[in-house]
Parts: sequence; C-alpha cells; structure tokens
Amino acid sequence: MSAIPASPELAPRPPANKVAWLKENLFSSPLNILLTVLVAWLLIMSVPAMLDWLFFDADFTSDTAQECRKAEGACWAFIAEKHRLILFGVYPYDEQWRPLLASIILVLALVCSAIRRFWSAWLLVLWTVALVAVAVLMWGGVFGLSYVENDRWGGLPVTLILSTFGIAFAFPLGVLLALGRRSNMPAIKSLCVVYIELIRGVPLISLLFMSSVMLPLFLPEGFSIDKLLRAQIAIILFAAAYIAETVRGGLQSIPKGQYEGADSLGLTYWQQTRLIILPQALKVVIPPLVGIFIALFKDTSLVVIIGIFDLTQAAKAAIADAAWRGFSVEAYVFIAVIYFIFCYAISRYSQALERHLDKGYQR
Amino acid sequence: MTKQSTSASPSRSRRLSWNDPATRALLYQVLVVGIVGFVVWYLVSNTLHNLSVRNISTGFGFLGREAGFAIGESPISYTPADTYGRAVWVGLLNTLRVSVVGIVLATLLGTLIGVARLSKNWLVSGVASVYVEVMRNIPLLLQLFFWYAIITENMPGPRQALTPLPGVFLSNRGLKLPSLQGDALDWILGGLALAIVLVILVAHWARKRQAATGQIFPVGSVSIALLLALPLAGWVAGGAELSVNVPVLKGFNFVGGITLSPEFSALLLGLVIYTSAFVAEVVRSGIQAVGKGQWEAAEALGLSRGRTLRLVVLPQALRVIVPPMTSQYLNLTKNSSLAVAIGYPDIVSVVNTTLNQTGQAIEGILIIMAAYLTVSLSISIFMNWYNKRIALVER
Repeated sequence: MSAIPASPELAPRPPANKVAWLKENLFSSPLNILLTVLVAWLLIMSVPAMLDWLFFDADFTSDTAQECRKAEGACWAFIAEKHRLILFGVYPYDEQWRPLLASIILVLALVCSAIRRFWSAWLLVLWTVALVAVAVLMWGGVFGLSYVENDRWGGLPVTLILSTFGIAFAFPLGVLLALGRRSNMPAIKSLCVVYIELIRGVPLISLLFMSSVMLPLFLPEGFSIDKLLRAQIAIILFAAAYIAETVRGGLQSIPKGQYEGADSLGLTYWQQTRLIILPQALKVVIPPLVGIFIALFKDTSLVVIIGIFDLTQAAKAAIADAAWRGFSVEAYVFIAVIYFIFCYAISRYSQALERHLDKGYQR
Repeated sequence: MTKQSTSASPSRSRRLSWNDPATRALLYQVLVVGIVGFVVWYLVSNTLHNLSVRNISTGFGFLGREAGFAIGESPISYTPADTYGRAVWVGLLNTLRVSVVGIVLATLLGTLIGVARLSKNWLVSGVASVYVEVMRNIPLLLQLFFWYAIITENMPGPRQALTPLPGVFLSNRGLKLPSLQGDALDWILGGLALAIVLVILVAHWARKRQAATGQIFPVGSVSIALLLALPLAGWVAGGAELSVNVPVLKGFNFVGGITLSPEFSALLLGLVIYTSAFVAEVVRSGIQAVGKGQWEAAEALGLSRGRTLRLVVLPQALRVIVPPMTSQYLNLTKNSSLAVAIGYPDIVSVVNTTLNQTGQAIEGILIIMAAYLTVSLSISIFMNWYNKRIALVER
C-alpha cells in the first residue's frame, strides 16, 4: 500500500485495457502483489461462505422453526413470520397500515428536505403538516380512527419519530445555546457553557436513565409524563448540546466584518442574527449537522435500555418468542440492513451536499 | 446587544436607560438567571417533597452498606459482602479496562484501515471502504447484540472450542488466551519499564543534540535494542524461569490462562470495530490534508521515504488528526456504557443495580455523571496537552 495519498477528487484515468488496469491497480510492485494475494485469499475464504449462509443455503419458506433449523444457512422464514412484529411492534395488527403510512410520511418529509429546490420557508409548513399527520395516524381517536395508546407503538415508526422529532426540536435549542455561548453576557455565556460541556461529557445512557428514574422525582406529585416522551426529551436535550457545538463552529467562521457591517446598518441583535449571521453560519455547518442526524438516528437504538419499543427492542421481542428460539443473528442482520439503508443514504447525500456547497471554496 | 456593549464608549452616562445596551444586557442576564434559578428551585423542591413522601433518604451514606450482589468479573477482589462503594469502584475499573484496551486496539486497527483506504491497490482500498461504510452505519448497540449473540449462541461449547491460533480457544464461554507465569515475570516487566524510561530519555537527549549540533542519532534502532535487551536481561536475572500457562480443557471448562468473558469479548469487539471505522476516516482525512507538494519537496531534499513520512508528513497530519481523534476516544469511553445492555459489569450497570436495590436514583445518576465527566475531562486534558505539543509553532 503506497503511502502517497491520492486525492479523492482525482479519479485515476481509465486505463487502455483490462490487463493494463490490473497491472496498474493490483500488481504494480512486489508489496502490492502480496497485498492483492492476501486480500483475495481473505475474500475467497469469507465471501462465498457468507453468500451461502445469506442466500444459497438459507431457508425462505419453512412454516415451523424445527424445519427451519435443518437449513445450513440463515432462516429467513423467521423474518417472514416476524416482520410485522419487528417493523411495527405490538401496534394493533389490523391497524398496522397506520404506522406504515406514518413512516412513509416521515421518510417523504425527509426526502423533500433533502432536495435543494425545496429549501424555503415552505419546508416549515411541510414539516408541521407531516408531524401533525403522523401524530393523528399514530394516536388516532379522530376521523374514525381508533385510539392507540403510545405504549403500544413500536418498531420502525418509533425509531423514525424519536430521531426526526429529536432533531426538529433540538435544532432551535442548539442554535440558541450556540448563540448564548458566543454571547458577551457572562451569566448567559457561562450557563450555556456549563450545559453544553456537562451534556457532552456524559453518555446518552445516563441521560436516558435520568429521564426514566429522576424525571418522575422532579415533577410535582400526581403529574407524570409517559415513557416515550421522557426518552424523547432526553434525546432532544442530548442532541441540542452537540448541535450547539457544531453551530458554534459555523458562527466562528463568520468574519468580524459581517457583524460590524450589520451593526453599522443599525440592525438590532436579533435582526442581525436572523438576517446576516445565521444564514451564513448555518450554510457552513449543514454537512456536520447531517452527520449529527445520522448519529442521532443510530443513537435512538439506546432507548432499548430503558425499555422503549423501538426497532432494536422489537427485534429482541421477536427473538424472545420461545417457538422461534435461536434466530437472533437473522433478526439482527435484518434490522442492521434497515439501519444501514437509512444511514448510508443520508451519509451519501451529505457527501454530495458537501461537494456541492464547497464549490468555489476549493483550493 | 452583545456587540453594542463592546462598542459603547467608556464615557457612557451613568443614567439607567432602556437605550443603554449595558443596562439591557444586565436586565436580560438577571432575567435569564432568575428564570433558570426558579426552575432549578422548583425542581429541587419537588424532588425533596417527592423523596420525603416516598421515604427515601438522601446522601451517599448507602455506599458504606453491604452490596449483597455478585459482579461477574472484577479486576480487584470483590464479594457480595463488600460495600456498595467497592462495587461502584469495581464498575469504574471495568469501564476503564475496556476503554483503555479498546482505545489502543481501535487506534491500531483504524490507522491500518485508514491507510489501506488510501492504497493504490484497488482491492485493498475497496475492502477498506466497504468495512468503513458498513461498520459506521450500523448502530453500535446492534453490533454489540450481534457479537454477543454470535459468541453465546453460535459458538461451540468448550469441548468443541475453536482454536484460531494454538493456545487460543474460542467458545461460548468466551475467549481463552495463554498467559505468562513464573518468578522471572516481575524482572521482565521491570526491565521493560526501565527500557521505556531510557528510550524516552535517549529520544529527548538526541533531539537536543540534533538541535544543537545537527548530528543525527539512530534513536529508532537504539530504542528497539533497549526494548528487547533489558527485558531479556531481566529474564536472565530472574533465573530464566518462565513458563507459558496454556488453557487446558478439564471437565466442562478450561483451566489456566487468561479468560475474556463473552460479555467483555463482545463489548470489546463491538467497540473496536465500530470506533476503528471512525478512526480510519480521521486518519485518512489527516493524511489527505497534507499536500502532495510536501512529499515532492521532501523528495527533492533527498529525504528517504521513511524520513519523509516521519519528519514531514506525519507531524502535519497529526495536527489535523489529533482533535477529531480525541473526540473518538471520548466517544469510545462513553459508548462503553452500552455494556449495560449485554451484561458486562461496567459502572453504569453496577450503579443501575445499586439504584434498583436502594432507590437512591439521584445519587446513582450523579455518581455515573461524575465518573464520566472525570474520565472525559482527563482524556481531554491529556489530548489537549499532546495537541499543544505538536501544534504548529508560528512566527
């Protein structure tokens, strides 16, 4: 492996023919030949075995666990049997089109926010409509939909709700914290610094524990918040601190002249922040913010630990069925693929966005 | 209001006026502090009321009481008859153990993969890219469940244990490694410690001499010689007595050697694989941040490839690498708290058991937070010190 870094932007020129390509890319030096042989051997040892397990020796159709256990490979019949439980948890079976529709609405709203042509104030309206629609679909109780308590929600919609609502509410809070940290007022600045550093110094689990065991103590007697909302609050408070640090980076990248220009125009603090500073600062930090969203999406799996029925917990529930014992690897692979599709799609989008926004700034 | 207050002239009138930015700033701050103070007071008074209603006493007195629960693995001796305080200490040590080992292994693996991703070899860089993309886009918790399920459900029992290397046994009871034992062990460790101290001194002296005279001292080969020779001398001094304790199957389980429990193995495996994907990206971007011209200039000066890497590229790459690497180390340490999900007795898991038994929720959460803040802060301070050492010294 050559230590001279190839710039990622410069793709190697397409060689004239396949032999030349092989020679250049795989067999250019003794070390390279050794590496190629080593890696090829590793791949030959592992990839066919994995493919056999995943597809060729796998059982897709068995009706019972006994039949399925005879298969050499994976038992995808288990997933076929349990996919409704894994995706939607214990939501009433006949009503499961509702969480499905809610998930589709959330994904569509995310896709719309990703398209640059739609970046306008309308997005705010879109999100309000989407979130209200999701709430109506999930809870029901109106328009002839039967009421479903939120402790019966589960699976993919819970994961999507926790992460999208999390980012939606954490974002404004994070921006305020970032502005507070940059403020010249010592009391506000120190409050924000303490909050941000405290939250960033502890793991999300401790906040989730706090929300599940301490929040009930904080509230007046007889007043209680349900489990899902408590976890959602913990996630929002956690994400806000990370968003604040990212936004602060953007604020620091704004040259002083912009502030002075705004001052000389006679704009008030909030006017200059809203009209001059934030639009520029936020544009710089869009890629890292997308990164935070990916992290948040993955981190919602932690709510398993306080017993909330998200995608991961639903998979564990499916595994726990005594009749279908021993297929945990299949269940984990199944939801890993779901998580991967979401995270990989967002991260590819983030990279494309970064390239697009970077134009004109490249060296 | 922030900018105005700085630009206000020193000869500002002393009259309190709404038009005076300083007055407004003061008012806002009093308002915010007042609101925060009120909220805190409200929460605290609620909490005290709730605690008195539920008959829970406050304070850390419970730490001195007998814990009464067993802990699966512990680097120090611990029995259920010990106090809660000792149990929490065991948890903290377990957290530190998995974090330190995890940080070292993740750095090594991550650096290897980061460099592999930059390789011109299409196969090598392709495999490295797939590894990074897959591992960092699947939640760590899921990976932990996965590895734990693989180890406890899909591994054979001790009798049919897999032996990837001679003396190493992998079964559903965890990983068994051979260990060293014998009287000479202390001598060897002593020799190693002495060698490390000498290497640091020699490197320091060589740097000073090179700065003063320009003469280059072969620090690398001398260090290797010292690191090999002194433990060897220790081995001879200790009576050349050392044996390898290989785990042996006796009855239903292994005897001898070092055991890594299934929980520890799964946690370590998950943490290392997940974090190494991020470390690889950090290393890759760090190396890419060093311009190609630097390599060419070093070559033009006649430096060898190794020297170029060590004297020109690495110092510049490290400057880019260290800050994000610090946050990866912090993440790994904080992520080790996911141990609670697979039953490794880290501090979160031990404190969780404690607060379930005693009901001391607030104290428990405070202990967890204080422990992580201390560890995070220590890592930050160390890495900031290192960062300052390697930072660019500008005119």
